[in-house]
Amino acid sequence: MAKKKKEKTRSIRTAPFVTILIFLVMGMIGITTGEVGRVLEQAVQVCLSCIGIG
Amino acid sequence: MEAVRKWIQTILALLANGSWSFPFTRTIYQGPLKVVCSPGLNCYSCPASTTYCPIGTLQQLMAGIRVAIENGQHFYGLYVIGTMGVLGGIFGRLICGWACPFGLIQELLHKIPSRKFSIPRKLNYIKYFFLLFFVILLPLFVVDDFGYGEAWFCKYVCPAGTLEAGLPMLMLQPELRQTVGILFFNKLTILIFFIIWSVLASRPFCRTLCPLGAFYSLFKGLKLIKLRHVEENCTQCKACHAVCPMGVKFNESPEDTECISCLKCMDKACKFDAISLEIAGIPVGQRSRPRIPVASK
Repeated sequence: MAKKKKEKTRSIRTAPFVTILIFLVMGMIGITTGEVGRVLEQAVQVCLSCIGIG
Repeated sequence: MEAVRKWIQTILALLANGSWSFPFTRTIYQGPLKVVCSPGLNCYSCPASTTYCPIGTLQQLMAGIRVAIENGQHFYGLYVIGTMGVLGGIFGRLICGWACPFGLIQELLHKIPSRKFSIPRKLNYIKYFFLLFFVILLPLFVVDDFGYGEAWFCKYVCPAGTLEAGLPMLMLQPELRQTVGILFFNKLTILIFFIIWSVLASRPFCRTLCPLGAFYSLFKGLKLIKLRHVEENCTQCKACHAVCPMGVKFNESPEDTECISCLKCMDKACKFDAISLEIAGIPVGQRSRPRIPVASK
């Protein structure tokens, strides 16, 4: 039983968790530098040249 | 399973485009939800859009990076890349199959009866060029006298922007029609090209041009949720080849960058339980139909 449990634990991939953590930290740094405000500023404006008008 | 996926695609497309006051306001949604990242390609200049497009926003941040630094603001796109990376780390290209509004549109177009064609595999690599150059390098390095770059992919290529934002905005604001020029007709041509191609081939934009798909495909071996090939059950019958909308030969390359985890191969094609869904290496699901006994292999 214990052996089975050990095998199951071994088969868990850790790479996804490390990847998610790295990007989570990046996102948090972005939030602390105030990038969220900049994103909102851009997203609420119609970018006419971006959509091919103007 | 396919019906469930279609429902989820539709619900997520409506959630990403949940502001329906635009016929009265005649402009885009400008509320606080726009700090939420759209997992799929969904233009934030779409009048109904309640989320930001990661590709559009990343280009804008790259284009304005010099001016931001000059003003003492450290906006390097970390919030956007971080969000995209978390989504990529959890789902990878599963997002393309389950949460992208433009992917859903292409799937619906492909249902139109016509002769169907395959897409040469070499064309799949073009999207990495667009991710690197049109989303990152050109907006970053080709700048005007004031230090501002341009959103190259949005401005010159993105057919999703033309369909979801360009055409609706022209309808909502007739005065904009006077400003229509070669840029718009260039993008309209690209849109028409992809509409026709979507009828004839499965998901051509996702496979050849989408920079967001290219970004998510970088997580092919790192994503939390993915399909697993159970080699001991596989009979090499190649039934999975026929149903894949992305042209993946799953039994030959289970870690294929093009796999959007739509589960068609697992649920519709494989009769021998040779394909299963796993989360972080732990199998969590197999097809919903009963398994054919091993003796029938």
